[in-house]
Amino acid sequence: MKKVVNVVNLRGGYETPLGFVRAVDGCSLEVYEREIVGIAGESGCGKSTFARLMIGYVKPPAYVINGTSIIGDINVYSLPWEERRRRLWGVKVSLIPQYSMNALNPTKKIRDIIVDVVRERKGKSISSREALAMAKARLEELGLSEEVLNMYPIELSGGMKQRTVIAISTLLNPLLLIADEPTSALDVSTQKLLLFLLYELVKRRGIVETLIFISHDIATLRQICDRLYIMYAGRIVEVGGIEEVLKNPLHPYTKGLIRAVISLQPEVRGITLRGIPGSPPDLINPPKGCRFAPRCPSAKDKCKEEPPLINVGGRRLVACWLYD
Amino acid sequence: MRALLKVRNLSKVFKTGFLRRGTLITAVNNVTFELNKGEILSLIGESGSGKTTTAKLILKLLRPTSGEIYLEDVEIWSIPNKNYWRRVQAVFQDPYASFNPIYKVNRVLKNAFKLIGRNLSKSEVKGRIKEVLTYVGLKPDEVLDKRPFELSGGQLQRVLLARCLLIDPQIIIADEPTSMIDASTRVEVLNIFKKLSKEGKSIIFITHDISQAFYVSDTMLVMHKGAIVERGRPEDIVFSPKHPYTKGLISAVPKLHERFGFS
Repeated sequence: MKKVVNVVNLRGGYETPLGFVRAVDGCSLEVYEREIVGIAGESGCGKSTFARLMIGYVKPPAYVINGTSIIGDINVYSLPWEERRRRLWGVKVSLIPQYSMNALNPTKKIRDIIVDVVRERKGKSISSREALAMAKARLEELGLSEEVLNMYPIELSGGMKQRTVIAISTLLNPLLLIADEPTSALDVSTQKLLLFLLYELVKRRGIVETLIFISHDIATLRQICDRLYIMYAGRIVEVGGIEEVLKNPLHPYTKGLIRAVISLQPEVRGITLRGIPGSPPDLINPPKGCRFAPRCPSAKDKCKEEPPLINVGGRRLVACWLYD
Repeated sequence: MRALLKVRNLSKVFKTGFLRRGTLITAVNNVTFELNKGEILSLIGESGSGKTTTAKLILKLLRPTSGEIYLEDVEIWSIPNKNYWRRVQAVFQDPYASFNPIYKVNRVLKNAFKLIGRNLSKSEVKGRIKEVLTYVGLKPDEVLDKRPFELSGGQLQRVLLARCLLIDPQIIIADEPTSMIDASTRVEVLNIFKKLSKEGKSIIFITHDISQAFYVSDTMLVMHKGAIVERGRPEDIVFSPKHPYTKGLISAVPKLHERFGFS
């Protein structure tokens, strides 16, 4: 199976007055063609920074330290910034950041927003008419009528705005679409629709070759992802097929996450669910060794040494000494 | 048992538009329900369902267009505000927006005593503050000296609840109190609500997340387009929903070990 995205040992973070935040500390990831990969993690784990580092969208105070990211046949960090803008962003890869639907220019009609974006990518080689025709077609595929083109963002519901953003981001059929919490601000019924659309874009319509879906909600990830990466304190701690990881979690953090999920099952009514005590470590001065150890019920002496991602068979990886 | 709070035929209509060209929006449509002492009642609905407007009406932040609300059989608009807000408190979605960013937690909690007009000695105040912080699962030494930005969303929400406890209301209206908190800490905040209700506090829990409501509530009310479309025990609503809207809502909740039909 062809590997479309190959990220190896990416390391980067932010310079702050209090020190350098090591937001992404040696993370690797692969996505194969037609695959939907999920990155699960909670606030501050570095997943959004990881997305930006993957596509090379890094400017001060953010810095990349080392590692490689290859998307298609492009080695992201071998290109200068302008080349990334011209050949990569919006063309080969599209990132839909969190809250992006709030970033639609409120003073512009959707049609103008779209034409702006397309012409910025493809220059004057594409006329407004062609850009609009592409937009109309894509909007229709996402269940939006062409009337939307003449509306202002404020006239659209959350779900419609998000679909518009997806339409704009996928106009040039990117190899990789990265969606960072695309459904978190939406009602559960709109969320279901969005998940369906994203699934279709990759699996049935071939508009997007691969999708990386970032979310803190593992039940949402379960709906469309093939494989799952669990991220904690700047590191990947578990990888595997999504069904397997959720049914049979290995890393204590993953187990804690799953235990904190409220299922709609009768048993839940009578019990007291428990979260994970404590909070994630400071990433300016992360603890030596396993970063989850301070909160881990199974921590032992060996955990003072950082565990590598251990292969436990069947493309399952866990960064935990329990599986050594 | 006499109901603590009675909401009767409550409606709120907003007028949008300019002068005579306006349109009417019925945000809350003839809502009736009761809340008993020690009960957790959930108002579940999606955006635009009217749940937050209902909360604001109960908090006296908005005047109803029609209908009445009674607290211990007294219509709330004839209760002086300060007295009312000592008995009915709120916790909102964004804890960072609920705090003055330059005040330390210690100052915020001390100020709560001014609101309730109690005169306690310095050591009594200190003791009470430590008591409520411990109750919500926080270590006083870890938070008293901190400003909001130094704490996580989960910690701040707990500080808000601690502040609530100092005021000792009869009813707490919580509007999406855990939406901005990570799932792994969320449950712990929900557990505090359960604890509070066991001690006789009544809670109106407003959320779009059925799972959370299912975990904490004694009674669930489903709101759609301003009206209550279904009400009952959580098990009944979730496992045998009657109204088509409720059915649709439940079927859209993503499950951990099952996929939606399309994939």
